[in-house]
Amino acid sequence: MKDVNLKETLLNPILKGNPISVLVLGICSSLAVTVQLKGACIMALSVTIVTALSSMVVSMMRKSIPNRIRIIVQLVVVALMVILVDQVLKAYAYSVSKTLSVYVGLIITNCIVMGRIEAFALGNKPIPSFLDGLGNGIGYGLILIVVAFFRELLGSGSLFGFQIIPDSFYAAGYLNNGLVILPPMALILLGCIIWIQRSIQKDLQEK
Amino acid sequence: MNTNSNTYTIIYSTVLVVVVAAILAFAAEFLKPAQQNNIKVETVSKVLTAALQADETVNIPADASDKDIMEMYAKYITDAYFIDFTGKKVGESMNLGKEDLQKIKVTTNSDLKAQNDQLKAGKTDNLRLPVYQFDINGQAITVIPCYGAGLWGPIWGYVAVAADGKTIKGAIFDHKSETPGLGAKIAEEPFYSTFAGKALDLASEDKIFNVEKGHHAEANVVDAISGATITSQSLGRSLNRWFTAYRNFFKEMAAAPAECWECEEAPACGEAAEAAPECCTAEPENNTNKEE
Repeated sequence: MKDVNLKETLLNPILKGNPISVLVLGICSSLAVTVQLKGACIMALSVTIVTALSSMVVSMMRKSIPNRIRIIVQLVVVALMVILVDQVLKAYAYSVSKTLSVYVGLIITNCIVMGRIEAFALGNKPIPSFLDGLGNGIGYGLILIVVAFFRELLGSGSLFGFQIIPDSFYAAGYLNNGLVILPPMALILLGCIIWIQRSIQKDLQEK
Repeated sequence: MNTNSNTYTIIYSTVLVVVVAAILAFAAEFLKPAQQNNIKVETVSKVLTAALQADETVNIPADASDKDIMEMYAKYITDAYFIDFTGKKVGESMNLGKEDLQKIKVTTNSDLKAQNDQLKAGKTDNLRLPVYQFDINGQAITVIPCYGAGLWGPIWGYVAVAADGKTIKGAIFDHKSETPGLGAKIAEEPFYSTFAGKALDLASEDKIFNVEKGHHAEANVVDAISGATITSQSLGRSLNRWFTAYRNFFKEMAAAPAECWECEEAPACGEAAEAAPECCTAEPENNTNKEE
């Protein structure tokens, strides 16, 4: 069993190996849930919990899983986690779960969850797998929150539902940008983030 | 052990599925009471919010606990029961929770869905439509629900109507999965607050009330949400469908104070008819309740 640097496992996916901006996984949900900052935060939190826990569980089972049905087994574990998270939220954080319920399906099909299980959890011990899932969830959430920040600010003039742009701006002719609300603009924003990251981390650039 | 053999694979997947199913079943059963209570409190707070829009001085505080909401509901509600398509009360009144907050009974979304399915199919024989009646500091307010399909999933809401059977005093809506930032705005105050002061056109055949694009002079139209055409249209259609179902009830309510037709207990209503004309169409025992 190869040794894994735990700190590296946790921190690497947050910036250097970010699942969205470097691996370009989980793009569709990051387009869908970044209209408002609150939804993005809840989504980030739920994905982090689901990736971390399902990576850990699959890693515990990794030696017994038949290779031919491993994807199905992983899917069952991920679905179990998502449903449990949803049920617990429904019972103890009802208002949060109401916002989240739209996105539950998206967590099950989120490429990051399955991707990390395939790429990491199947070949590593439970604790590194847990940290890897945690790191990837946080990395995903970070991008989501940055994109949602700009989309809500420019598209609705508010943050977390509170109006930020003063009424005097609107009186002076300022308008919310309707395009930012729509998914294409999220893709453009993501492109900008990837651009900035690659111009800072030169080693990410392809030759 | 050969983990690739067929037998192993089949046994493995069977065991896995059974274990997962058991975990989920246990979790669902364990969390059910808390979840159902949440849903009940939410419905109660929606019904109450719609009713309280009739009086600006009373509001549900933003930090109200579940218990506070239930107490407020029990304080203001006077009766809650089911009516059929002709507007007559059917069955027993729902528990109002006057004695025990835990026993408050309200209809759930699945109840509303069942009624909505019947309305859509044009079946009016077995309808059991809920009616919530409030006394908001002297104003008699009737709250009725509506339910229908939005763009992605169900949308529903509650509309508060004044004693004249047509003036809308308040409304609130909610949805399962409308687009955040667009259709989801039906659940936000800037939209639902435009309903107060509007009026139903009970004489109209197919447009008792509607949600339409642009600003309209008519009392029975509210402005739609830009960018959320389908959600707005669906809401308009759902409102119309439900108001049509309640048409007879509202007509009777509007006619009650003056004519009190079919109202054998008219003298018993007496002065109360002024403040709460619906008492004439309700069962006699409700009158006694009201006076307590």
